[in-house]
Amino acid sequence: MTDDGATKIETKNLSVSFGKVHAIKDISLKMPRNHVTAIIGPSGCGKSTFIKALNRMNELVSDVKTEGEVLIDGKNIYDESCDVISLRKRVGMIFQKPNPFPKSVYDNVAYGPNIHEFYEKKELNKIVEENLRKAFLWDEVSDRLNASALALSGGQQQRLCIARALAVEPEVILMDEPCSALDPVATAKIEELIRVLRNDYSVVIVTHNMQQAARVSDYTAFLYLGKLIEYGSTNDIFENPKSELTEKYLTGKFG
Amino acid sequence: MKKESLIRRMLFVCALFSSFIVFLIIIFLLQEGAPALTWDFLTGMTWSPHNDQFGIIPTLVGTLYVVFGAVAIAIAIGIPCAIFLAEFAPFWLRNVVKSSVEVLVGVPSIVLGFFGLLIMVPFIRNNIGGMGESILAAWIILAIMILPNIITISEDALRSVPQDYRTASLALGATKWQTVRKVLLPNAMSGIRAGIVLGLGRALGETMAVLMVVGNPEIPWIPTAILDRARMLTSTIAIEWAYMVWGSPHQHAIFALGIVLFVLVSILNLVASFVIKERTTKR
Amino acid sequence: MNPRQTEKAAKVGLWLSAIITIIILPVIVAWIMINGIQMINLDFLTGSPYKFEYGGIFPQMVGSLYLTCVCTLIAAPLGLASAIYLAEYAPNNKITRIVRFFIETLAGMPSIVLGLFGLEFLVHYLKLRTSLLSGSLALAFMILPWIIRASEEAIKTVPNDYKDASLALGATKWETITRVVVPASIPGILTGILLGMGKAIGETAVVMLTAGSGLETFIPSGLQSPTASLPLYIYKLATQGHTSEAMSRAFGASLVLIALFMSMSAGALVIRNYYMKKLRA
Repeated sequence: MTDDGATKIETKNLSVSFGKVHAIKDISLKMPRNHVTAIIGPSGCGKSTFIKALNRMNELVSDVKTEGEVLIDGKNIYDESCDVISLRKRVGMIFQKPNPFPKSVYDNVAYGPNIHEFYEKKELNKIVEENLRKAFLWDEVSDRLNASALALSGGQQQRLCIARALAVEPEVILMDEPCSALDPVATAKIEELIRVLRNDYSVVIVTHNMQQAARVSDYTAFLYLGKLIEYGSTNDIFENPKSELTEKYLTGKFG
Repeated sequence: MKKESLIRRMLFVCALFSSFIVFLIIIFLLQEGAPALTWDFLTGMTWSPHNDQFGIIPTLVGTLYVVFGAVAIAIAIGIPCAIFLAEFAPFWLRNVVKSSVEVLVGVPSIVLGFFGLLIMVPFIRNNIGGMGESILAAWIILAIMILPNIITISEDALRSVPQDYRTASLALGATKWQTVRKVLLPNAMSGIRAGIVLGLGRALGETMAVLMVVGNPEIPWIPTAILDRARMLTSTIAIEWAYMVWGSPHQHAIFALGIVLFVLVSILNLVASFVIKERTTKR
Repeated sequence: MNPRQTEKAAKVGLWLSAIITIIILPVIVAWIMINGIQMINLDFLTGSPYKFEYGGIFPQMVGSLYLTCVCTLIAAPLGLASAIYLAEYAPNNKITRIVRFFIETLAGMPSIVLGLFGLEFLVHYLKLRTSLLSGSLALAFMILPWIIRASEEAIKTVPNDYKDASLALGATKWETITRVVVPASIPGILTGILLGMGKAIGETAVVMLTAGSGLETFIPSGLQSPTASLPLYIYKLATQGHTSEAMSRAFGASLVLIALFMSMSAGALVIRNYYMKKLRA
């Protein structure tokens, strides 16, 4: 468990099942504010399900049952009084495969703000530029904001998705294997971006790439078959894993 | 969230309304046509509105005669064409034929009927015999109408046969044609069959094109030769509606024809959907 | 015959079938053009029918366009809404299956049967009389299932990725549908609508029983007025006319009808290609 610092997200006995299949069981975890927490584990261990529980995206699948609590700033997001729409404004998500809308670069970034409020053109321009800069993308697209987003390279598209997510001013950013569809150069750019993002946001990143977790995260959680096996600061986990299972995974004996 | 459920409900009402139309059609057809659906109607050999006689056998036989013949012709040209498109055609030609077929599907039937009346009918009269207006003319015009449907569905069926089958067959030394005959066609058969059934359905329901070329004798008889004139369910309705007296047995009989048509087409559609289901579950 | 010879013979047969298929459309269109082009002059296009086989086809053209437009105005929103429901909201239960089944049945309905229904329900029962409204409604019923089919398919093809992204940004389902899904499926929807319009403008049986006699000499003054249409006019002149004047007018009208129909088909193709290019960027 984490030692200090305000906790941004806490899960208490979180279990999620789809029909008869239990994807994650009884996970209790505290993810600290303004740090990067990595979730690692072999395929099928429930990492994706876990992270999607944090912004209630699991609910898009029918037949899903969620038990336990997920507290953001102390409030349970699965409570009846919690509005899913505003939750997803506070908690943004980047997906494994870059999924920009089939619209222009500009319209992609402006999409979120346009939904939640009415902005004048000038304000919107500012928002778009600001967030493209934050995502390290402005220099590459400033001259073709009206071009289709689908014309960008994979790495650029993913950074565009990050800019798009930042534009709604979230507090938390969830990343579900954001680099697995990208080449090493694009991956490096995004990892650099993640390191900077922690200053203003709380980041939770799912990755199947252990080295990546070691590179970018402050804290790491190891999941196996839906259960939380070990959780601690990244240094501790990687240099002194307490569980034998963790050690086996980290040394490549399976997964 | 309340807005969301309101929207959902409104959309549901739209979908419900769309499906409700058929329901209305069935009810109103039955209302007007049921009184005429008697045993005499369904088995009677004489259709003579003047004498209050409404037996549909000659018309029914005429319809089936025309429809099956037309579909046979459409298959004879359409399936080879589909094979051509799927397996043998050079890329540019394939696009040309496909575009042509796509447009042909929607050509107004009145235009084809007009063509049939002015070109097909005299041609048959002068070169083959009879009055020209005949089952043969209807076969040709109707075949032209459903040809695109047969081609499109058969081509899709052939294209969806996995490439592996082709490569395996060719690697064993078979020619392309042998591959088609022995491997691809059998595999695509259920899709092609579905297309044929759908084509039958479309042919049954076609009115204007056949109306102008099939003859429509005053008192229909059971046709025995392809040069005979004939009556069809659709053409009978299209001709006689204008002089039926509302409320008379004649009017009810016309609506009863509509019911018979509707039932036949629905049966065909059901058969087609079973054939398609069988295909998807087989895989 | 050895396999090689069979293959050669088969190829000949296949090429033959393809050639027959290709020439049908151009032959018919050319035949109409050749015979109809001499009728195409200002008098013909702006005049009204006179003593059956004389005069022009202005009311018929306008009537066809009115019928097509009103019917599309009715069928397109209803069809799109139904398609959105079926593609995005409908649960996989019995009611949905029944709805789908009925819509499919409507698609297969013979047009003359629809005409009978229109005659009984719209003209007599609802007392809408033989009018623009009756004709448009009946035509709308005819093209509705096609618009639903095309739109539903287009909507279903939109990748889930886009929907996930939109929802994750805090959009509601409806916002996602109106701002992402429908815009992305516009090409398919538009194509469906245009093809529906093509069907409507060429339809004879339905309008014969609901819209008018086809030989009206006036353009419709309102929804309640009987409306002429090109296909019906052609039918009447071709089957009841015996003079060369009647025939040449039928040709002229056919040419105009084909032109209108072709432009709708061409429009559909152009739209599809344009959006394909745009999406592929």
